[in-house]
Amino acid sequence: MVDRSGTPLVEMRDVSVSFGGIKAVDHVTIDLYPGEVVGLLGHNGAGKSTLIKCLSGAYKMDAGEIYVDGKLVDIQNPRDARGHNIETIYQTLALADNLDAASNLFLGRELITPTGLVDDARMEAETRKIMARLNPNFKKFNAPVKALSGGQRQSVAIARAVYFNARILVMDEPTAALGPQETQMVAELIEQLKAQGIGIFLIEHDVHSVMNLCDRASVMKNGQLVGTVDVDKVTDEDILSMIILGKRPEVAAS
Amino acid sequence: MADASASGTSIGRKNIFKTLEFDTRLLGMVGAFVLVCIVFNVLTEGRFLTPRNIFNLTIQTVSVAIMATGMVFIIVTRHIDLSVGALLATCSAIMAMTQTQFLPSLGIDYGSPLMAPVAIVIGLLAGGLIGAFHGWLVGYLTIPAFIVTLGGFLVWRNVAWYLTSGQTIGPLDDTFQKLGGIGGTLGTTASWIIGALAVAAACYGILQARRARIAHEFPVKPVWAEATLMALAAALILGFVATLNAYSVPTRVLAREFEARGEVMPEGFTQGYGIPFSVLILIAIAVVMTVVARRTRLGRYIFATGGNPDAAELSGINTRLLTVKVFAMMGVLCALAGMVASARLSFHSNDIGTLDELRVIAAAVIGGTALAGGIGTIYGAILGALIMQSLQSGMAMVGVDAPFQNIVVGGVLVLAVLIDIIYRKRTGDV
Ligand SMILES: Nc1ncnc2c1ncn2[C@@H]1O[C@H](COP(=O)(O)OP(=O)(O)O)[C@@H](O)[C@H]1O
Ligand SMILES: [Mg+2]
Repeated sequence: MVDRSGTPLVEMRDVSVSFGGIKAVDHVTIDLYPGEVVGLLGHNGAGKSTLIKCLSGAYKMDAGEIYVDGKLVDIQNPRDARGHNIETIYQTLALADNLDAASNLFLGRELITPTGLVDDARMEAETRKIMARLNPNFKKFNAPVKALSGGQRQSVAIARAVYFNARILVMDEPTAALGPQETQMVAELIEQLKAQGIGIFLIEHDVHSVMNLCDRASVMKNGQLVGTVDVDKVTDEDILSMIILGKRPEVAAS
Repeated sequence: MADASASGTSIGRKNIFKTLEFDTRLLGMVGAFVLVCIVFNVLTEGRFLTPRNIFNLTIQTVSVAIMATGMVFIIVTRHIDLSVGALLATCSAIMAMTQTQFLPSLGIDYGSPLMAPVAIVIGLLAGGLIGAFHGWLVGYLTIPAFIVTLGGFLVWRNVAWYLTSGQTIGPLDDTFQKLGGIGGTLGTTASWIIGALAVAAACYGILQARRARIAHEFPVKPVWAEATLMALAAALILGFVATLNAYSVPTRVLAREFEARGEVMPEGFTQGYGIPFSVLILIAIAVVMTVVARRTRLGRYIFATGGNPDAAELSGINTRLLTVKVFAMMGVLCALAGMVASARLSFHSNDIGTLDELRVIAAAVIGGTALAGGIGTIYGAILGALIMQSLQSGMAMVGVDAPFQNIVVGGVLVLAVLIDIIYRKRTGDV
């Protein structure tokens, strides 16, 4: 069981984002504790990606506050987020297709030689190391990532988020492009990271996976938060009805 | 493509080019260049591939090639610069006016050793600032580069006109003129030394790369392949130097030089030109730009931004500032090209650099720079410039009418892109 008596690792409080007239995120509050996996569910267009992109620094909030370790933080851009050890696996993966795995993994944080040049050999070596752990079948270290399969590209994006010792990990549909075997590998990775005390926001469509992997689930609909529930205290059907009908189940609030 | 294990180290080494890890596209371009040279050499009954013509071809290519290296970065980041010829003219005008009006008015007169360096620094500053301004308009104000530089095309062409009142400005400083081509060469001995140093550097580079791979236990090419590469590099470099050295200074020019020194030229005295300073400048720029592209963060960010601007942004790269830097580099290179071009003419002319924007873009594109962004090489662009210049000079030597020359060059540009598209489809390298 996750200990939720202390300060949350992250708290996004009363966050709103609109695009033109559309309220993509409408006064949403969610939080996350160390070693916890919180699932974010909802139909396409519910505002899940937009919400977590505020945490990643990709979007700016129109209103709301973000607290890390109980302290108010100002996240203006992706660099700020990385500075708070927040790493993100974007739904689009955000890979530069023309560069190889190592260049993508270290993009924006290149290892350099004493002369200030990028140290490709060392970056490739580090990439080989982490890939050996995450996806031992991965061999295409010198090909641009556009030559990789969906699963391989996904593992590059995951490696990038995991390599830099994240404390807070945001995964936006990390298994969307994956086969059953690779999906299982991601599930094992999530368990492993959770055991290290990392907090994870997991956006996931498959309710069954959410029930297996997550401690709590927050459901969004039309930009609003329907509610957050302990997955142990609800059934698949409860969550489905939250997603579809936008109704909180009678049983458990959390 | 889906098979993860197919690219192991020992599999798929089908042919010799694969083992040498040659870029097939580079091979294609070199092949095209060699073909152009051979065809013209036959058509001109051997006049095309003489040391004299190769020397001339080289110095005619320099100005466009210098700008083409910058255009690679511009196009890689998904922009375009239509103003490079006009910017060249403005920088050239500024450097010329500095030499003939501005510095003399400060009491620094013709022949002063300060003349050339000051003029060059002012020219480079102007180019860099104007380029940065373009980059700011594109990056921060998000005006499309096509529009900004189309405007710039008109503006800078006419700023140059205004600065010089449309006059030809010259003669330029003697030292400055040495940077133009035939007026300033290294001579044979120094050229051989430079050639030897370049061979040493190339071999050292290959060895160093191999050592780094071995140190990290990555797969390496067989020793014979590395040795072949070194031998090829050495043959190319030394062959180039030998050719430039083989072009002898005409006897009457030598005799005049001896006369000027109050001496008499010994019977049978000859002297080769060697590497022109302008070519040295181009080589230095090529090396620097290649290092920037491959080994610096700046270069990594340029290519990442071209490949996927959103990904670059999400990785914390300041893509706006990057745009400013890329256009500023382009501006500096335009100034350098303007320096070489006006030095070669020995004066600034009002129409200097006219149509260069098209030649520069064509050189980059023929050299394999993809307009969709993310892909391009410095050596490709230089080779592209060389191919264009060879076509143009070759046709002039054969006596093709001027309109047909341009028609052929235009056709070749379109054909080159078509071949590139087909090549990328075939190799799945979209
Ligand atoms: N950059 C954007 N510009 C305009 N509208 C956007 C943008 N990003 C998301 N939206 C809109 O915001 C809403 C929520 O989208 P999103 O957060 O992607 O949903 P989800 O990830 O839950 O599928 C949608 O209506 C979407 O069209
Ligand atoms: Mg989404």
